[in-house]
Amino acid sequence: MMAARYSNWMGQKPLNAWAMMGLLALGCLYSVVVALYALDVPMRFHALVFAAAFLAGIAVIADQFSVKRDTSGYNDAIIRYGIIASMIWGVVGFAVGVYIAFQLAYPDLNFDTAWLNFGRLRPLHTSAVIFAFGGNVLICSSFWVVQRTCRARLAGDIAPWFVFWGYQLFIVIAGTGYLMGVTQSREYAEPEWYADIWLTIVWVTYLAVFMGTLFKRKEPHIYVANWFYLAFIVTIAMLHIGNNLAVPASIFSSKSVALFSGTQDALIQWWYGHNAVGFFLTAGFLGIMYYFVPKRAERPVYSYRLSILHFWSLIFLYIWAGPHHLHYTALPLWAQTLGATFSIMLWMPSWGGMLNGLLTLKGAWDKLRTDPVIRMLVVSVAFYGMSTFEGPVMSMHWVNGLSHYTDWTIGHVHSGALGWVGFVSFGALYCMTPWVFGTKRLYSTALVEWHFWTATFGILLYITSMWVSGIMQGLMWRAYDSLGFLEYSFVESVEAMHPYYVIRGLGGLLFLIGGVIMAYNIFMTAKGRVRASEIDASAAVAVPAE
Amino acid sequence: MFKFSHGIIEKNASLLFVLTLIVVSIGGLVEIVPLFWIKSTIERVEGVRPYTPLELAGRNIYVREGCYTCHSQMIRSLRSEVDRYGHYSLAAESMYDHPFQWGSKRTGPDLARVGGKYSDEWHQIHMENPRSIVPQSVMPGYPFLAETRLDVDGIENVVRANRAVGVPYDDAMVENAKADLLAQLDPFGDVDGLFERYGENVAVRDFDGNPRMVSELDALIAYLQMLGTLVDFSAYDATIPGNER
Repeated sequence: MMAARYSNWMGQKPLNAWAMMGLLALGCLYSVVVALYALDVPMRFHALVFAAAFLAGIAVIADQFSVKRDTSGYNDAIIRYGIIASMIWGVVGFAVGVYIAFQLAYPDLNFDTAWLNFGRLRPLHTSAVIFAFGGNVLICSSFWVVQRTCRARLAGDIAPWFVFWGYQLFIVIAGTGYLMGVTQSREYAEPEWYADIWLTIVWVTYLAVFMGTLFKRKEPHIYVANWFYLAFIVTIAMLHIGNNLAVPASIFSSKSVALFSGTQDALIQWWYGHNAVGFFLTAGFLGIMYYFVPKRAERPVYSYRLSILHFWSLIFLYIWAGPHHLHYTALPLWAQTLGATFSIMLWMPSWGGMLNGLLTLKGAWDKLRTDPVIRMLVVSVAFYGMSTFEGPVMSMHWVNGLSHYTDWTIGHVHSGALGWVGFVSFGALYCMTPWVFGTKRLYSTALVEWHFWTATFGILLYITSMWVSGIMQGLMWRAYDSLGFLEYSFVESVEAMHPYYVIRGLGGLLFLIGGVIMAYNIFMTAKGRVRASEIDASAAVAVPAE
Repeated sequence: MFKFSHGIIEKNASLLFVLTLIVVSIGGLVEIVPLFWIKSTIERVEGVRPYTPLELAGRNIYVREGCYTCHSQMIRSLRSEVDRYGHYSLAAESMYDHPFQWGSKRTGPDLARVGGKYSDEWHQIHMENPRSIVPQSVMPGYPFLAETRLDVDGIENVVRANRAVGVPYDDAMVENAKADLLAQLDPFGDVDGLFERYGENVAVRDFDGNPRMVSELDALIAYLQMLGTLVDFSAYDATIPGNER
């Protein structure tokens, strides 16, 4: 036994395995040097995490990758890992969100500590849900879609696994960094310079794997879902590099100084920030919509022409919209006006895409009644329509003057994030789980129903409470009394928010409960189980296997 | 005769990649690049200077604790904001901010001109426990700042990195970063060098009420107390041609 194990370790390895092990060994050595000379505790800790991860990588490659490895057929193992990672990070991200929501209602929950205060946990929440949950869903669903629609195995043998594990390492570095106060304070791009460099390496590899698979394809046409995935990967690479240009205080320090300052820096940040929404949270998930909605409904995409129009106009217009985050500020008015104008124009491709998704159900609307998974997908597209209507409205100066800096923005983000991104992700994960774990159906359809209704009710509580609190804040801040004085002190507006913050917290809690129900359902499905009371009904709601 | 069909793009992954990259680049180029060339983006305003090393250290703590998640530093040009917070923020006031701290949310009030609004003692109590001084506040307490020693030795690297990205710190400012930081906390010490490098308006005192220790609270309060105070708005005239938009 031991001998067999040993021979596997030392046995014949392809050249790329040796090359990769060499690179990881170099990385490990460099990390150890940084750990020895680190100027601050977080840098030392992170260098050690990197060193340990690189060592683990060498061990895994030595153990797993031999010339005898089977590389025929599709690479579905990585999708199984991706689904599990998505579920774990999802539940963690939702839970942190619920916790910080209640911190705003009950500040004692900060416990006066550095590690648990709102300022450090808030980026942990946003990064966990956007990049850890959303990112894993995008990576694993794109790996599924690109293989199936190209009828080709994922390019590279080690590379896709490097993308998966390298991405998880980035999440761990970013998340533990926030807790230790390591942040650039750039919203949705808080990780410091060394985490950013690591993510760049991982992301470029992801791009190479995706493009490599497109090059290998046996289908002449590249399917529309892949256009959106590609635009997401390419644009995120551009935005990530552009927004994170910085000079470290020292290569042994976790602190860096942004390359740009003030007004220019603000616009670069919101060029990034708004397009993290536009390309990470929209284009990528539209890739999911264009594959999973037709697949699940067993209907072709409603309009091919509309999807061409949708794609090019969406990616062209989105990138201009950033300045609407900076209305009435020291940003020159011409830039603000361009941002608002393009934001309003963006309404058209957004709704074109929404209609393309919804009308794909033509002739299959009855499935909404019987299949909670397709209902989730369809409701997600409806939420997409709602928040892409609200967005242009809020980007107009006269609305933004009221809504900016208030909870209305938070509600708007969450109608998109929970309703659109959350539900379309859940739908895709519910579809893929039986496919990649080789089971005929989910563990329980009833639990999907429970998930759907708890999460939907949670979202409604969340966004309605934030509309009320946001508009109320905006009105209180600008209210004048009959003598021409401001009517309310700032803290009176804080006090007035309390009930809505409690309702918002409860809404988030419901969404989290839905996520836990889903995690259980996915876990049981992965184990190949079917809920006892649903075994008889399984024939009626059979999931189309790939 | 060449007839365009979208099929050409759909059948060529490299072409799809290149066209996508071009299409997503245009908006950013048109909006961002001119900001570096159009002079009126940031007008020079009398009084704006780089942060002193102590203020810069305080700013790093402000960034580290994620204060920007609840506080903006950007007073918009709206009547109710100017009445509440003071003169609307000028681009020049954040020209040395790497990165900017304009923020996007006001769970708490704007801080662009919080400097001088409250006493040091108010800030000390407020950081220890916000609700002891503002009962309805939902801000976390930061009692650990008063008990944590400031990383005084690290400031030189930070000042140097700021110089590398264009903040006009000269050699003397970089070399004396640590000495200037300590000098700003000691009202009985030698402040000539500090004043010579950063001007005589720099506030010199023990900010955290504990002269025995250089704490993170010292730095943070020094930063908060200078916010928005550099420009003398009794002398500033927004309508002179140089300042008009």
